[in-house]
This record gives sequence, C-alpha cells and structure tokens, in this order.
Amino acid sequence: MLRAEDVSVRFDGAAALDGASLEVGRSEVVTVLGPSGSGKTTLLRVVAGLQAPDSGRVLLDGVDLSTTPPHRRGIGLVFQDHALFPHRDVAANVAFGLRMRGDPDERVSSRTAELLDLVGLGGFERRSVGSLSGGEQQRVALARALAPEPRVLLLDEPLGSLDRRLRDRLLDDLERLFDELGLTAVYVTHDQTEAFTLGDRVAVMRAGQVVQVATPDELWAHPADADVARFLGLANVDGAEVIRPEAVTVRSSPAGNGRVERAVRTGPLVRLRIALDDGRSLDAAVAAVEHPQPGDRVDVTIDPEGIVRLR
Amino acid sequence: MSTRSWRVLTYGVPLAFLGLFFLYPLLAILDRGLHGAGDPPLDVLTDPVTREVVWFTVWQALASTALTIAVAAPAAYVLGRYRFRGRSLVSAIVVVPFVLPTVVVALAFLAILPDGLERGWAPILVAHAFFNVAVVVRIVGTFWANLDPRVTEAAATLGASPAARAREIVLPLLAPALAAASAIVFLFSFTSFGIVLILGGPRYATVEAEIYNQAVRLFDLRAAAVLSIVQLVCVVVAIWVATRLERRLAVTGTMRAERDTLKPVRSRREKLVVGLSLGGLGLFLGLPLAVLVERSLAVGGGHGLDAYAALTDETSVLLAAPWEAIVNSIVYATAAAAIAVVVGGLAAFAVAGSRGSRLLDTLVLLPLGASAVMLGLGFLIAFDTAPIDFRAAPWIVPVAQALVAIPFVVRIMVPTLRSIDPRLRDAAAVLGASPARVRREIDLPIVARGLTVAAGFAFAISLGEFGATVFLARPDRPTLPVAIFRFLGRPGELNLATAYALAVVLMAVTVVSILLVERIRLRRGGWF
Repeated sequence: MLRAEDVSVRFDGAAALDGASLEVGRSEVVTVLGPSGSGKTTLLRVVAGLQAPDSGRVLLDGVDLSTTPPHRRGIGLVFQDHALFPHRDVAANVAFGLRMRGDPDERVSSRTAELLDLVGLGGFERRSVGSLSGGEQQRVALARALAPEPRVLLLDEPLGSLDRRLRDRLLDDLERLFDELGLTAVYVTHDQTEAFTLGDRVAVMRAGQVVQVATPDELWAHPADADVARFLGLANVDGAEVIRPEAVTVRSSPAGNGRVERAVRTGPLVRLRIALDDGRSLDAAVAAVEHPQPGDRVDVTIDPEGIVRLR
Repeated sequence: MSTRSWRVLTYGVPLAFLGLFFLYPLLAILDRGLHGAGDPPLDVLTDPVTREVVWFTVWQALASTALTIAVAAPAAYVLGRYRFRGRSLVSAIVVVPFVLPTVVVALAFLAILPDGLERGWAPILVAHAFFNVAVVVRIVGTFWANLDPRVTEAAATLGASPAARAREIVLPLLAPALAAASAIVFLFSFTSFGIVLILGGPRYATVEAEIYNQAVRLFDLRAAAVLSIVQLVCVVVAIWVATRLERRLAVTGTMRAERDTLKPVRSRREKLVVGLSLGGLGLFLGLPLAVLVERSLAVGGGHGLDAYAALTDETSVLLAAPWEAIVNSIVYATAAAAIAVVVGGLAAFAVAGSRGSRLLDTLVLLPLGASAVMLGLGFLIAFDTAPIDFRAAPWIVPVAQALVAIPFVVRIMVPTLRSIDPRLRDAAAVLGASPARVRREIDLPIVARGLTVAAGFAFAISLGEFGATVFLARPDRPTLPVAIFRFLGRPGELNLATAYALAVVLMAVTVVSILLVERIRLRRGGWF
C-alpha cells in the first residue's frame, strides 16, 4: 500500500537518508527500529511530505506522491513532542483535521467526542492542552491524527518523552487500538520492546538505510548481520556466529571451564559475563535468585540450537 | 559599604533625580495647564485645530504601525524561519535605522523624495516605517525563530493548506509578539516629533509637534501645557490597551531553541524568497541614506566636499560655526551617557534586587511615554525662577537627554543583573566575602559589559535627541540635530546642503557608536 523507494536526503552534505526503502501492506503495522541519528524521523518526514527527498520517491496505492503537498496526502503524523496547538483547547485540537476537510459542524463535534472516548479522554473537551499531563497530551495527539481517518498513520517515537510506567500502559492501549481500527501504520522507535510489541514487521535502520525488515521472531532468529545482532542486544557476536544468552547454561562448579567476571541483575534475569578458559568471553542470562558471583568458577554448556549463523 | 547604605543609594539617587527633573516639571505642566492664567483649558480642547491634530496623530500612528508591519513582515519571516550565513549580521544591521536620529531620517526622505512630494502625510508614514522596521523585525523575528515549526507541520499533515496554516496556526501564535511590536511602533509614531516637524509641512502636525508650535512659535505655554496633558492621557490609555491586549493574546506555547527551528535555505524558491525579502528591505533602508550622502556631496552639477568645507564658516543661521555643533553634540552626549548610566544603573540594581521595586520600575520607564517635547517644555516651565532658574545652565541639556536615555539603560541592565546566578553570590559569601565585596567581585565584572552596551546606547540616543534639546539648547551652543533643523528652516541651496552635510556627520557618529555596541551585544543575544 505504502512504498518508499530508494529515498535519500542530505543535510549540509551529510546523508540523513541514504537509499532507504520500505514497504507497508494494508492494515499492517511496521515498526522502524534504529539508534538515534539513523534516519528514522527523516524517513517519516519524507513519507508525510514535510521533507523533500533529494532522490527516490514515495508511492501510496501505486500513486507517486512526489508533487503532492503534505496537506493533500491523507497521511497522519503523531509527533515526538506531540506538537499540539497551544492556542486551542483539547476539542479544537482534535477537530482541526475535520474542519480542514470541511466536515459540517455536527459531524465535527460528534466525531471529536467519539475520538476522545476512544483514547479515554471523554469529558476533556474544554481543557487547555497546557494543563494536560504528558500521557494525556500524547492521547490528544493520537486522537487528533486519527480524527480525519488518514490512509496511513505515522508515529514518531510517540512514547519517547514519557516515563517508563506510563509508557507500558500506553503501549498496551496502542496495541489494542491498532488491532481494533485495523490501521496501516509506521511506528518509529529506538526501543526494542515497543518495536516488537506493536510491529507486525520490524524494519531495522542504520546510517540512513533500512538494513532488515522481518517479523519480530524472524528478526530475533536471523539477524541480518553482526551490527543488527548487537543492536538487538545479542552480545555473543563472534564473526559470523551469534550465541543467544538464553542458549548458554551455567552451573556453579569448582572445576568448570570458565570464571564469572561480572554479574548484573536486570529485573528477573541476571546477566553474567564469563571469561572462558579457552580465551573467549561470553554473555549469559540466568533466571535464579541464587546466582554465581564474580570470581566464581562455572561450568558452561552451549545449546547448539541457540547458535545463529549470520547471513 | 553596608547593605543598608547601598539600598539608600540605589533608591535615593534615582528617586531624587527623577523627582526633581521628571516629576516636578510634569507637575509644573499640569499646574500651568489647569490653573494658569488665561482661558480655562476647555477652550484648547474644543478648538477645532486641537481636534484635527489629535485625529491626525491617532490615524497616522495606526497607519504607520500597519505600514511598518507590512514592510517588516518578509524579513521577520526569513529571520524567523531560515538559517543562513550572515543571519546575525542582518539582524544587527536592521537596528541601525532605529537608533538613527529622527532628524537624519527626516532629511534622508527629504533628499530621496521628488520635489513637491517630500512633505505631507505619506512621507511621514514611510519615514515612520523606516525608523521602526527594526522593532518589528527583531521582536517578531526572534519570537518566530523560537516557535516550534512542528506545530505548523502538524497542521499540514491534518490537511491545512499553506493559507490555512498561516491563518489558523502561525498568526495566532505570533499574535503576542505582533501586539508587543505594534504597541511600541504605535507609541513611537504617536509621539513622533522630528520626522513630523520636518516632513509634515505646514498642514500636518502631531500633538507633539503642536506642543512645540504653541510653545516656541506662538509663545502660548498654557496651550502647550494643555496639549501635553492630552498627550499624556492618550499615551497612558494606549499603554493600558496594549498591556491588556498582550495579556489576552499570550499563549504558553512550546518554545524551542533556534537551532531546532531554523531550516537551511535549500530550494531555488527558498533562495528567491530569502534574497528578495532581505534585498528589498536592504534597498528600503539603504537607498534613502545613500541618497542623503549623495545630496550632501552635490555641488552645482557635479560632486565635491564644498558643503563639508563650509562647516567651518561663520553663518547667520547659528550663533556659532556649524562644526561647533559637532563638538557640542559629542560633549553633551558623553555627559548625558554618564548621567544615564549612573542613575539608570543604580535604578537597575534597585529594580533587579531581591526586593525589586515595581514603583521605581514604572517610574524610570515613564519618561519614555511622557515624550521628549514634554520634558523640554516642562524644564522651561519648571526651572524659570531663582533659585532654580536652570534654563541657561550648561548641564541642563545633558540632564534632559539623560532622562530620555535612562529607560533604555534600565531595560538593558535589569535582565543582565537578573541573569547572574544567585548561587555565585552565595558561593562568594560562604567563602567569606562581605556584601560590598560580593558586589565588587561578582556583580560588577558581570554587569560591566551590560554597562558598556547601555552607555553606548545612551550616547547614541543623546546624540540624536531633538525634542527636548530643541527647547533647551542655547542659541550659541546648538547640538547637531538642532543645527540641522535651523539650517533647514532657512531658504537657499547652501543652507540645505549644510543641513545634509551635518546630517551625514550625525549619522556617521551614531552608526560608529552603535556598531561598537553591537559588537559587544552580539556575543550576548536578547532583543537589545
């Protein structure tokens, strides 16, 4: 449905996008995952028509959008810092797109109320946007973008500025909403949890290019290269081979074949860094209350199923 | 010095100075206008001439404001949206007309406009736009540059066309800055004196110019006093309306740093927009000044320095050689700058202090609204009897000029003082510095640069001060603006050429002093 073909953008000589391509099917949610500066936001801006590409093009339902200005594209965008209209109240923010397409007044107000209910902000119509919390502002931004029924919804790190607990809650809400509405969406984030939770497919970006597009499971099973594997948090990257942390079994044993260098608890799991006697260094994850301490000798076995060969 | 005696000094000196040289003359005007000998004040108010003058003052100020905004809008847009080489230079140069003496601006338009069209309401409006364009470009441009462009982009993705975005988003968000800039331009145009006196011809006068006419040409001090009261009431009402308007329009929007909002000039269309906007403004501001210089060099059919050479000749127009006006101006302006920096600087300490004084803050700003002509008239009325007959005192001119400059000094100094991190003072105190020592070691070095900038502005303002000085300068001690005005009042090619030459000298001295200030200011930012 949506296709970005070989898009390049340069800023002051430096490439922000360097031949990036992306395809999104109808009612599909593609999440774009990449470190900051990888060109994710620029890609969204090109698709929305806010940034003219130096080369490449964007097609929607087979139609080249190159000469279509942003206000005629029918593509919605949720901005990172919400970009709400500070001089308008909540209802007027949501109603804006409806007014722009010339809906009659009754239709505007009924649809506005409907959207605010959808995002759980019924009754907030007359509130000023400045009086809202970060999470509420995010919901208004979402309702505003959804109101004129965009053909594609783009979201630029919409949860980026919120605290962790709020993010988890809004993430659930978004997942439900995407499902219910059958949205076609591109969701940009640098957070793996968000990308894997929401994305039917995940596009990994690096240095202005889309380096891999795959379902979360495929991506985890077959990262395209060592850099993608490292970015996904797979630490045991050794040339063309990746050993997943969960494929490494660790038992305390005075004989053993390695020694624990570091042990860090990250929630339910404890990540261990182990120096093997053969000189290699290995990351492992153990789910245990009692776990080996730095300096302990351990016996390490690797499940061959957990070894991934990079393409 | 103890904290207590420091407070006495920072409050006492400004209060005493403003009390004697501002409030007392103001009261003298009120007294003369309301109780003076002659007809009751009502007759002046109902006089058709007065009504015509007030009406002209109001509509020309409104029209000047609209014209200024129209002229400044393209440049404000370019400075508010684009990043390009020389951007800060452009925003520095645009300020030059604003600090040019009004007499110079008036002469520049006399020089450029064709004979027969150089006097009337139209030249007044254009000259006001020339003079005030910096106010709009700087206030609106800076505000615009800090607006989040994504808010407008969001409107675009919601289906708003460029026209709809301008109407629904950009204008409402810019409204507070537009209102603030309009209020300032309106006030300056409303109280305009030099430009109106020179370009208005016999038909057009603002209240300010009419005060001068009544006092100096018709010797009717009472009518002048009544008109001063009218002017004061109008100014107070205008400020009140502006303040209410600004408060109503204020939006707490998302402000961002300029580096996040400005975009580079990329497409050919953008280059054209930037080039035409800045080029057009450059032409509008540069051409009249260039023609002024050209006219000062015109001799018969060719060009030469004859008019400048003649500046050393005795003349019947002044009781001094023209070049002495240059010396007088520089001496007076230096003295005025010194007074303004001492009084304004002390007042700034009082206003910016932990228990900042709203009363003093308002009081030091008042001379700005009360207008220079009123100050001059007030001095004449108030200081006319022994033991305070100061009319002939050599220091009365710098004191009047300092009063005009003090509001600017305070406006520059207060933000500088407030920008000092209080923890620096705490740190010094914890390390054993006494309050006096803290002021000397912490505050003074930081405010030194602010003081330099303030002194430069005060000097430039005093150099060009015309409204008060024209009342007070002794015939044998004219300043440059006064001398220019006198030469302009006499017929003859030579007198006109001398006026042009003196205007060029005045412009040169002013521009040099302002460029020195801008070099210091550019490293700081802020509107002034």
